[in-house]
Amino acid sequence: MQSNATMEYDYSVVKLFMWTAVIFGIVGMTIGVLIASQLAFPDLNYLLGEYGTFSRLRPLHTNVVIYGFTLSGIWASFYYTAQRVLKVSISESGLLKALTKLHFLLYLVIATGMVVSLALGITASKEYAQMEWPLDALVVLTWVIFGINMFGLIGLRREKTLYISLWYYIAFFLGVAMLYLFNNMEVPTMFFSGGLGAWYHSVSMYAGTNDALVQWWWGHNAVAFVFTVPIIALIYYFLPKESGQAVYSYKLSLLSFWGLMFVYLWAGGHHLLWSTVPDWMQTMGSVFSVVLILPSWGSAINMLLTMKGEWNQLTENPLIKFMVLASTFYMLSTLEGPIQAVKSVNAIAHFTDWIPGHVHDGVLGWVAFMIFAALMHMAPRVFKREIYSKSLLESQFWIQTIGVVLYFTSMWIAGITQGMMWRAVDEYGNLVYSFIDTVSVLHPYYALRALGGLLYLIGMFMFAYNFFKTATAGKRLEQEPRYRSPMA
Amino acid sequence: MFHWLEKNPFFFAVGVFIVIAYAGLIEILPNFAEAARPVKGLKPYTVLQLAGKEVYKKDNCIACHSQLIRPFKAETDRYGQYSLSGEYAYDRPFLWGSKRTGPDLHRVGNYRTPDWHANHMWNPKSVVPDSIMPAYKHQFTNVADLETAYAEAVTVKKVFGTPYGADIAPGKAAYEKELKTKILPEALKIATAMKRDDLIKMVKAGKVPEVVALVAYLEKLK
Repeated sequence: MQSNATMEYDYSVVKLFMWTAVIFGIVGMTIGVLIASQLAFPDLNYLLGEYGTFSRLRPLHTNVVIYGFTLSGIWASFYYTAQRVLKVSISESGLLKALTKLHFLLYLVIATGMVVSLALGITASKEYAQMEWPLDALVVLTWVIFGINMFGLIGLRREKTLYISLWYYIAFFLGVAMLYLFNNMEVPTMFFSGGLGAWYHSVSMYAGTNDALVQWWWGHNAVAFVFTVPIIALIYYFLPKESGQAVYSYKLSLLSFWGLMFVYLWAGGHHLLWSTVPDWMQTMGSVFSVVLILPSWGSAINMLLTMKGEWNQLTENPLIKFMVLASTFYMLSTLEGPIQAVKSVNAIAHFTDWIPGHVHDGVLGWVAFMIFAALMHMAPRVFKREIYSKSLLESQFWIQTIGVVLYFTSMWIAGITQGMMWRAVDEYGNLVYSFIDTVSVLHPYYALRALGGLLYLIGMFMFAYNFFKTATAGKRLEQEPRYRSPMA
Repeated sequence: MFHWLEKNPFFFAVGVFIVIAYAGLIEILPNFAEAARPVKGLKPYTVLQLAGKEVYKKDNCIACHSQLIRPFKAETDRYGQYSLSGEYAYDRPFLWGSKRTGPDLHRVGNYRTPDWHANHMWNPKSVVPDSIMPAYKHQFTNVADLETAYAEAVTVKKVFGTPYGADIAPGKAAYEKELKTKILPEALKIATAMKRDDLIKMVKAGKVPEVVALVAYLEKLK
């Protein structure tokens, strides 16, 4: 293991996380298409009795795609990337090897517990932090193990300088740890009532406005530290690797990283505009959201310029397509967010479908596209096989792109329509529309959105098939590909 | 400096942590005590209402309904007085929601009646023909978890000083007493106002259906 050329890395845990990413992707997105269809066709609420209503399924959808699909993709990429940029193999330390396995096992236990408890309606009810305290405790334990693994690998490293991706992974670890701990502070009720009631039940440490502040400090920054920070870690590694191009600018990556770290946390207040939190916090949230454009676009532009002089790869390599479009959607989404955070725009946009529209151009266009590209870049290297089908990847790309566009355009129209109708008054100053008028008008957009989601889901199935075939039936590779991933 | 940091992971991590942590300190901490103060005359939720809040959480009403009236004329015309921070002082967790697929509910107790809710939860289309809300018929047969709600009342009284009377105390005996003297009579009143014999019958048999607890909670939202 002296020279880099002969270095063998341990991909066992990488493979496990890759498979769970694919499985959770299918499950989470299928539920997503179901609940999107329920809004257009309410009769679909009755397929699974009490467990099949929109309201019960919605947190299942969000939690499975965020903590199932996305986290699996991130951890697969992390264990793959960290070994390579640090020039150290997991198998060099028996302890780390065991802990990576434990990390995966605990993760599966939590994921199963999460799915079951949410289906039963056991929930702390805070968005994206619904799990009750026993599962929260397990999450903390798992997070500590992940931290030990990361800093353990860093401790054993042969390459002294930390590559950009690792900066982002470190921030991912620290940010989520801090936010998760504070937001999930809760008091189990059994301990204080002399053993009465359900053992898993708890009450939040914070009440009312305080609870809202802490929750959206979390809610907003979970987007930062799960959907943004580690995904940037992915693109900083996989785009240069797949294209064979050096990152365009070190200075730009410095500026974007430290800028993002500093600015992101301030912007959480934009979820609470016009609410009962003090005005100065709302204004801070608004202003910092606009400033946030700078570091966000810094990373995205750095990635796009990395392709300078090599744009022909965009037509030749579907993985480059995924990654370049991901950067572009990242730019769209990080421009749209600040626009919605302007107080006067937020007065119309808040509580409407424009918000899920915004979330989905980010997660479908940026996060998931990046994870697809990362998984397919890793597949030939960890399975030592050629990618099964290039044409399948190409078709997936176009079908899903059309799906995303249908999704966010329909939700833009739906959101702005509804926001305007809620406030419309006649010449005497009376409200023009009853609430139900503003619901009925949305039917075509809900149907269109469900169609967009369905296209995306079809793409997900194509990806899963392609991935499965690559792992089991792709042509064997003699040698690890250097840059561009080989595909049939 | 940055080159040096990138070779020293410990100091790098410390640096990142400081940069991300202090926004929270500055934005969240200063207002904490003030935001926790209740408005004058605010009463804590009864045990039955707390059980209803649990039903609200369990069937995840916040997926489609907010409890936050913003200070715009269009909203105060539609829903009533805009929301005040102190009104939420006993809400653990807060249930503002983030999406209005259905209307806001913060003051729904002012303009809907228990029997309207009974019809609506059984079949939303019977009162709002174009409604896309699903029916929640299972709430008419599922039994509300009153004991857990009681445990919650005891916990918030002990830990956060929520002003409950002396009868809210730990232990099974205190719970049984509260059940007989307060919770069931209150539930019977709600069930009667909901005008459904099946609900009244269940409450008289000592079992409170989820929908009765839920309506008790919705009636408190004013």
